[in-house]
Amino acid sequence: MRVNNFLREKKWALAGMGIGLISLAAGVARGETTAVLHKAARICLQCIGIS
Amino acid sequence: MKNQPGKTRLMRRAVQLACLVIANGYWHGFQRVMIYGGGTKRLCVPFLNCYSCPGAYFACPLGSLQSILAASRTVSLYVAGLIIAGGAAVGRLFCGWLCPFGLLQEALSMPRSRRVRLPRWLTSLKYVILLLTLLLPILWLGRAGLGEPYFCKFLCPAGTLEGGVLLVLGRPELRVLVGWLFFWKVAVLAFFLALMPFVFRVFCRTACPLGAFYGLFNAISLWRLERDYTKCTGCGTCREVCPVGVKADENPNHPECFRCLECSKACPAGALRFGVGAARPEVPQRTSFRSQ
Repeated sequence: MRVNNFLREKKWALAGMGIGLISLAAGVARGETTAVLHKAARICLQCIGIS
Repeated sequence: MKNQPGKTRLMRRAVQLACLVIANGYWHGFQRVMIYGGGTKRLCVPFLNCYSCPGAYFACPLGSLQSILAASRTVSLYVAGLIIAGGAAVGRLFCGWLCPFGLLQEALSMPRSRRVRLPRWLTSLKYVILLLTLLLPILWLGRAGLGEPYFCKFLCPAGTLEGGVLLVLGRPELRVLVGWLFFWKVAVLAFFLALMPFVFRVFCRTACPLGAFYGLFNAISLWRLERDYTKCTGCGTCREVCPVGVKADENPNHPECFRCLECSKACPAGALRFGVGAARPEVPQRTSFRSQ
């Protein structure tokens, strides 16, 4: 009963977390962390206001 | 643990400082005015922290999201998943407890700034900025047919402060490239810095797209503020202590709430609680009925 109440009250949060974690895992599997690394390991000229 | 908003603030400050040091702890980068290029930069932090800061060990989610959008015209599942999962878990807690730029804004704020209320159109501006942050890298293409991270380019004061000013001052080869854009970004930074003492967390409340995104999750997040209607006396203490003017007795999970949790500690009746389990009025009522 308690578990059912909890699941009913938090369904959107759990759905959001589930979607988020699945997306995150899919992104990691697609190698997106490498794309992030390529961007983050070099000076971002837009960020510092040059380009 | 009631009536201790000061203790909560102290604890929050300690967490914010620890986060600042952990996220920007590459001291060699500050000494040599160069940025870190190691493997940890694959990881995004769930708050605004420019990856061009010489001390940054991690990547900024907004910068990464925009850059991937601009380069490949696809949403990064990795970054989007991270902020969706984070938002669904704790809502805007990251803004209040982890964000270094939030810490700077609070450090510069005067006590009076906590009483300044902003008009709704101004606090809604961040949603427009969020929309533009996500759309412009796809829609506004340059000569090469590619978009750019326009929020970082034109607006982000965290990037100017953490990366721009330090790198431009410390590296002569970058200094010669400075043009109108740099001065525009410095002007944006100066504008927000000038307002910070007078308006509490002015950037978070008006212009931060990440805060706007997390704010959308406040009402549904797993960890959230729960109000026990049987305990609330309607004294209004929670409204008085809220630095951003949220009426916690009416809507404790308002999108503007960045979860400093001072209201829950200040509540004399203990009617506000931050947690996973709901503080429902039916439970004590039924229990007392059965015990009779």
